[in-house]
Amino acid sequence: MYNFNYHRPQSLADAGSTLQNVEDGKLLAGGMTLLPTLKMRLAQPSDLIDLAQINELKGICQGDNGSLVIGAMTTHAEVAASPEVQQAIPALAQLAGGIGDPQVRHRGTLGGSVANNDPAADYPAALLALNATVRTQQRSISADEFFVDMFETALDDGEILTAVEFPRPKRAAYAKFPNPASRYAMVGVMVAETDTGVRVAVTGAASSVFRVEAMEQALTANFSPDALKGIVVPEDNLNSDIHASADYRAHLIGVMARRAVAACLGAD
Amino acid sequence: MSMNVAFTLNGKAVSAEVEPRTLLVTMLREQLQQTGTHVGCDTSQCGACVVHVNGQSVKSCSLLAVQVDGAEVTTIEGLAENGELHPMQAAFRENHGLQCGFCTPGMIMSALDLVQHNPNPSETEIRHWLEGNICRCTGYHNIVKSIKAGAEAMSAGQSKA
Repeated sequence: MYNFNYHRPQSLADAGSTLQNVEDGKLLAGGMTLLPTLKMRLAQPSDLIDLAQINELKGICQGDNGSLVIGAMTTHAEVAASPEVQQAIPALAQLAGGIGDPQVRHRGTLGGSVANNDPAADYPAALLALNATVRTQQRSISADEFFVDMFETALDDGEILTAVEFPRPKRAAYAKFPNPASRYAMVGVMVAETDTGVRVAVTGAASSVFRVEAMEQALTANFSPDALKGIVVPEDNLNSDIHASADYRAHLIGVMARRAVAACLGAD
Repeated sequence: MSMNVAFTLNGKAVSAEVEPRTLLVTMLREQLQQTGTHVGCDTSQCGACVVHVNGQSVKSCSLLAVQVDGAEVTTIEGLAENGELHPMQAAFRENHGLQCGFCTPGMIMSALDLVQHNPNPSETEIRHWLEGNICRCTGYHNIVKSIKAGAEAMSAGQSKA
């Protein structure tokens, strides 16, 4: 690892000003991606700003209209074990409980995962399918606008993700085919019936999370696994790597989507 | 530029000067001479480096020493009391839960975290919990048996979690 300066601000305002004042600062959340990246010398920030002491970024509370607001530094283990999340959006608790392994879930955070936008991360599928809103110090960004491309989000330089607001869906489920070694999604599909309609979000399959409109329309007409038969996501833009070819991923999207719909219907 | 890091290790206050880039496992092994915590894959997959920070199992190869300033850290060295093995350690020995032994400290620290939330885990629950611990000898069967026996011995009131 290249060396860096380390900061541990106690407030969001301090973190923001430190980030502005250093040459090439990086925010450290749980570090489950950033630290391995630094160990491989794939990045060389001048300063790390550790968000662990900032209480404003932690915790789960009720928002408007029964939505859930989850602080950026809330860990996957906390989301998975939260009675509020289990009650309001059980699919989200289940998704968080399936990320990595127990030790990774003790450190990894919602905000870190979302801000990183790893193409194979689980949370981006939840934000997109549940029509969540990302909050920063200065604004709110809809999930549709937030995820731009591989490891790229709508966050500006110096902007800190503070929380994510999840509207409560009528029903939702997440089905994932994990890579057996890393537990990252080879393909993960979140299906949600929300106040703004049915939304289907796919992670792990392409350079960034995406929605499948054809599936959303089919499920709006008939919310059943059978409605998805014959709908194929074109493999042109899907990932092909040592873990799975693009056509295999295209196939998995259909299978995971049908499993998610079945789980929504209680027929898991 | 080095920084001072101070925390509680196995019940005792420790401190050292470290570079910010120093990993917790490196500080434990090289500065504090606590070599029971192992470095296996060094990529947060194998779990040989699992320790407890504030009561939670974490991978010390993916944590900076400066991040645990002020925390309570427990390693495999902190389990035995008065020269007597912790019941979980004893269960690994009795059930042949180790072959080469390299993964064992991480397995035991991970198992103890499971048992503190789930005092009587089923075989399936143990196997799921061990997703982050790899045994290159593939001795999982006896590891699972050891954890079950260790959990039972602990509930029988013989020791701490």
